[in-house]
Amino acid sequence: MSTELGHLALALALLSGLCLAVFPALGVWRNDRRLMDMATPAAYWQLLLVALAFACLIENFVTHQFSNQLVANHSNRDLPLNYRVAASWGSHEGSMLLWILMLAGWTAAVAALSGNLPQGLRARVLSVLGAISIGFYLFALLTSNPFERAVPAPLNGRDLNPLLQDPGMVFHPPLLYMGYVGFAVAFAFAIAGLLEGRFDSAWARWVRPWTIVAWAFLSLGIGLGSFWAYYELGWGGWWFWDPVENASFMPWLTGTALIHSLAVTEKRGNFRSWTVLLAIMAFSLSLLGTFLVRSGVLTSVHAFATDPTRGVFILIFLCLVIGGSLSLYAARAHAVHAGLAYGLMSRESMLLANNILMVVAMLAVLLGTLYPLVLDSLGQGRISVGPPYFDAVFVPLMLPALLLMAVGPLARWRQTPVPALAHRMRWAFAASVTTGVLLPLTAPSDYKPATALGLIMALWVASGVVMAGLENMKSPSGPLDPLRLRLQPGAWWGMQLAHLGVAAFVAGVTLVSSYEVELERKLAPGEVLQVDRDLALRFAEARLIRGPNYDGVQVRFEILRAGEVVGELSPEKRRYAASRQVMTEAAIRRSLGGDLYVALGEAVGDAWAVRVQKKPAVNWIWIGVVMMGLGGFWAAADARYRRRVGAAAAVPSGSAEPLR
Amino acid sequence: MSPRQRRLALVLGGVAALVVATALVLNAFRSNLVFFFTPTQVANGEAPVGRSFRIGGLVVPGSVERESDGLRLRFAITDQARTVQVHYQGILPDLFKEGAGVVAQGSMQGDGLFLAREVLAKHDENYMPPEAAEALKRAGHPVGAPTQFIQAPAPAPGR
Repeated sequence: MSTELGHLALALALLSGLCLAVFPALGVWRNDRRLMDMATPAAYWQLLLVALAFACLIENFVTHQFSNQLVANHSNRDLPLNYRVAASWGSHEGSMLLWILMLAGWTAAVAALSGNLPQGLRARVLSVLGAISIGFYLFALLTSNPFERAVPAPLNGRDLNPLLQDPGMVFHPPLLYMGYVGFAVAFAFAIAGLLEGRFDSAWARWVRPWTIVAWAFLSLGIGLGSFWAYYELGWGGWWFWDPVENASFMPWLTGTALIHSLAVTEKRGNFRSWTVLLAIMAFSLSLLGTFLVRSGVLTSVHAFATDPTRGVFILIFLCLVIGGSLSLYAARAHAVHAGLAYGLMSRESMLLANNILMVVAMLAVLLGTLYPLVLDSLGQGRISVGPPYFDAVFVPLMLPALLLMAVGPLARWRQTPVPALAHRMRWAFAASVTTGVLLPLTAPSDYKPATALGLIMALWVASGVVMAGLENMKSPSGPLDPLRLRLQPGAWWGMQLAHLGVAAFVAGVTLVSSYEVELERKLAPGEVLQVDRDLALRFAEARLIRGPNYDGVQVRFEILRAGEVVGELSPEKRRYAASRQVMTEAAIRRSLGGDLYVALGEAVGDAWAVRVQKKPAVNWIWIGVVMMGLGGFWAAADARYRRRVGAAAAVPSGSAEPLR
Repeated sequence: MSPRQRRLALVLGGVAALVVATALVLNAFRSNLVFFFTPTQVANGEAPVGRSFRIGGLVVPGSVERESDGLRLRFAITDQARTVQVHYQGILPDLFKEGAGVVAQGSMQGDGLFLAREVLAKHDENYMPPEAAEALKRAGHPVGAPTQFIQAPAPAPGR
């Protein structure tokens, strides 16, 4: 019953999406306030109906209704409750419904929090969001309905892929989709701005918090995905340059450029048309990511060719969104005024350089991700682009970005004299270079210049944050006063925290890639494996285990330091009952200094092939990402964004006539 | 600096940066392309010697032989027409199974052996055992192609 109820709710939500897209736009056209005001109830109804549909789907999973095709394919009687809930977005259809729920949530949030926006702009933004949601409702209802019935209903389901039976599955997709879909709001603001011909700093101030929040969610989502892959896949890698990862990374890079470009648009009125273009790009890449991951084109172009309905639908939708918005951009962007003049060395030019680097990096990732697909679909043979390509391109592009990151926030708008800037940064420079060069000498392994370079970069970025803090502590009377930092707004704190997060991230990446140790050995019970000079592992015992929906073997290893047992690690090899799939569960001893990571290979008699890894400072990577995400939220919470915009600021400064 | 000169400098700088970046990207791109060959192509000598490439197919049942150290092994990959012998040292992914699809990356040795550096058997949430998919297909309920492996050529049904 609830299956039909969910289906009905989704169909009604499509209706409310139609109302949301049509009536406010009509209201703007006829200058009818009442029609424009219909946006708010339409947005709320939409959220209510989609939430109802989603609740029905979760109910189907929780109560084992295998007559729902989706439940039959992705759940099982033995599946624990938390994973039954997560299984509702563990499939293609369910994750599209999650996407729709997120979009409805963002739309309702915009409706609720945009009371201070000019009526016309608000109506247009909500109408664009409604139009986007229509595309997704049609996609879900026509090609990936989560409420399809299975006839006859099986007695038990096929189970959720064991890889996905993990707390990561509960949090990773919702966070990631919050980010993806959040860029729809920036996109809607960009389109509304183009239609209205207004891109003043008030416009930028409205878009900024939405964009930063979306970016922060996306950062956390990607970071959690990386963390999850690290412990779940059993390989100990944290990033694989896999097309699925790249699909989420491209919107992130563009979003990073966008939040920096928006800062200039708000403060100085520059980069307006560039900002709009970035907003369009960020959302288009989110859609492209959905297309890549959801159409099956990544797994095999041939799989896509045998069932092309979904892929073709998204492709058409993608073309409509990108084509339509770029045409509008081409028609209207010339009318967007340039901002104030700025010098070659200024905060503006540094942020411009940051933007170019981010976009070039995005394009490089795009090339490496799409080229094999294009070649294959043209029948030109199958190729793949290995991680070395991405590393070789990415690192040189990010080095100048990191250099600028420390200086940019200290540089002045408009014009900043280089000698004065160099003078202010001289101690930071000296300290980061000497520490970065000397620190690798203390490591027992060979000296690698790349390690020193990575550490210098991390220290340089961190010292930029310290310098910014120190300079803002200076009181007019002379002595440093930490309390003066309270004067700084939330946006400043958020930026510093996020930049510090980048420093932690760079340090983590440098240390783990320079000093990681990986050993693969066969170990019999009682045998000892020397990991490095003072750390060893002893195979203590192997025993059979039984979980709720799997059985398997657990091997207990004792960690020895100078002969003393200082802890244990118990990796597992599981076989899931329903799918008969074998899964490796790695065991990790975590610390801030680094992880000890043990995963089982195959059994050889009563011995086991074992992969043991030492991962120095690997957790700094994710700590850094969390700092970036939290920094984003902190910045978006800045009280200045919530202040009511006065009438003076609401006068459009773009000269274009509003489009009717 | 006049605004005109400033603009010129910015444009020139931007163009120079783009040229450098493009050269960098294309160079790295060209040297890191990994091509894919089927066992038939490899057996016919079409694959390069010394350069890394990918080979895909099914693991021939009964072909997996392990050395006593538990880490070195050899197996055969087939596309149902020709077969290639593969050497590998290391831990295999969980989805590696005799008779199942597999992709290996590595290079040819002079003696016609393929030395695999990496063995890939990749899964995503659409994972379904091919057998189950095949059974469903026979029953008249195809549920979408099995997507257990990337880059494995579609296995001929009924091996």
